[in-house]
Amino acid sequence: MKEKVIEVRNLVKKFGSFVANDHLNFDVYQGEIFGFLGANGAGKTTAMKILCGLSAPTSGEVKVGGFDIYTETEKVKRNIGYMSQKFSLYEDMTIAENIRFFSGIYGISPKERKAKQEILLKNLDIESSKDSLIRSLPLGWKQKLAFSVAIFHDPKIVFLDEPTGGVDPITRRKFWDLIYETADRGITVFVTTHYMDEAEYCNRVSIMNDGRIEALDTPENLKKQYGAKNMDEVFLKIAR
Amino acid sequence: MIIIFGLPVIQLLLFGKVINTDIQNSKIAIFDQSHDNTTRKITSKLLSSGYFVLGQEMQPGDDVEDVFRKGQVKMVVTFGPEFEHKLERDGNADVQLLADASDPNTARILTSYASGIISDYVKKEKMQNLQLPNQINTEVRMLYNEGLKSVYMFVPGIMAMILMLISAMMTSISISREKELGTMEVLLASPLKPIQIVLGKVTPYLLLSFINALTIILIGVFFFGVPIKGSFILLMAESFLFILMALSLGILISTIAPNQMVAMFISVLALMLPTILLSGFMFPIENMPLPLRILSHAMPPRWFIVIIKNIMLKGTGIMFVWKETLILMLMTFTFIALSIKNFKIRLE
Repeated sequence: MKEKVIEVRNLVKKFGSFVANDHLNFDVYQGEIFGFLGANGAGKTTAMKILCGLSAPTSGEVKVGGFDIYTETEKVKRNIGYMSQKFSLYEDMTIAENIRFFSGIYGISPKERKAKQEILLKNLDIESSKDSLIRSLPLGWKQKLAFSVAIFHDPKIVFLDEPTGGVDPITRRKFWDLIYETADRGITVFVTTHYMDEAEYCNRVSIMNDGRIEALDTPENLKKQYGAKNMDEVFLKIAR
Repeated sequence: MIIIFGLPVIQLLLFGKVINTDIQNSKIAIFDQSHDNTTRKITSKLLSSGYFVLGQEMQPGDDVEDVFRKGQVKMVVTFGPEFEHKLERDGNADVQLLADASDPNTARILTSYASGIISDYVKKEKMQNLQLPNQINTEVRMLYNEGLKSVYMFVPGIMAMILMLISAMMTSISISREKELGTMEVLLASPLKPIQIVLGKVTPYLLLSFINALTIILIGVFFFGVPIKGSFILLMAESFLFILMALSLGILISTIAPNQMVAMFISVLALMLPTILLSGFMFPIENMPLPLRILSHAMPPRWFIVIIKNIMLKGTGIMFVWKETLILMLMTFTFIALSIKNFKIRLE
């Protein structure tokens, strides 16, 4: 049995009378790729923000990386990486400057940074563009780079909020190769997405509707359970 | 829609009401050393003109500078001793008009109105009593700014405007820019505390603004010859306070504004125009209609301009500007408190 890195029990989040998250319960295990699916406004982003410590839940128990979200927010934040929906590097800084900046925030020593930066640049095959401004890079590169920066400090878990919006299928496929590599290194990947082909790549997926988790299982089992050919059909059956 | 149709109306009213260099109800002090019929008549003529109201009746021994430093009285009218007697015996007598020329435009208008009223009085008296070759000499003196240089007024005004612009506008834009680009979320999800993020965003502008303040003062002093009669350290300390105030206002704006555009819009509308129009920098506050005069109390630059004019031109110490300083401090704390409140709401 693998270690639980995220434990959520009866998580409720209300905005006034609107219930965004209605008694969520789920666990995520170490090294897993966990897909978090749902229509727009189903409450995915809200739940993700709570897990990242960006927003406080109304009630319920949440543990991330073994730390309590209420009392140990800082430790939680130290152990996670986050890539927001909007692209999250500084456009007017170069690749190297961005890496230096985020290394500074997470307290990575200059020596360690240099070694890691070299590996990162080599992996992404962008050694020659080290000093280019982020602004000048194609979107696919930016996303891969933002992801690499989000896991630069070797977090236990990385949260990706719709990481592959607006790019072509080939670029998306390459991005998922990166995700697999990351999961192989033991980093848990928590990803929200709209693309059902991406849901197939996940180890397990949860599907949210109206603030509740309607289904949670491996893509295989979900397809069997709903008698569907692919995840697209599963999603349509649940979200109607 | 409200902006498109409302803005021209507000602007027109604001400009029309504010840009009004006529003088109404300016406070003056009377120093009457003879207390005779003629001086009383002239005094009542001045006060009934509608341009002046009596701010203070000065007694022998009162210090003129003290009267001005308190900042209420704009002009002192002094009648020499035995005014009426001299007028009858020698055919002429002296009136001194002493104006606070730290605001040169107002000083010029005040003294010319007053001399006009006095010479009008003499003319009318002559009509009744033709054989008297009476003459009243009005002697005009401009205090704090003998040459009526307008740069004396512009240096404090520009300083308030630039500091407001750099500190408040740049801070609000740079923070809302992070929100817009999504980098703010990443920073918030990092182990950095919100206070560290805000300090990190604000510190560069604090330094920049301080350098700006210093540059403006130096150019004012060495290039335009504006004096610093008071303490330089106090001047810098007050500038620092004003910068802090503007920075906290900038943070407050950024907690309200969802993106750079809105931050910019609020900054220009809420900071630039009022600074120029309502701070007393270009147009005297006393001339504004009551609602605008009340509104001008909420304008931080108004207090700052009073403070620096006092320190630079009148050479006053903290004793005379503590009230304005306190107001700026209060504003700073209010803005910070509101920002923290807004920030928390946004996070929930």
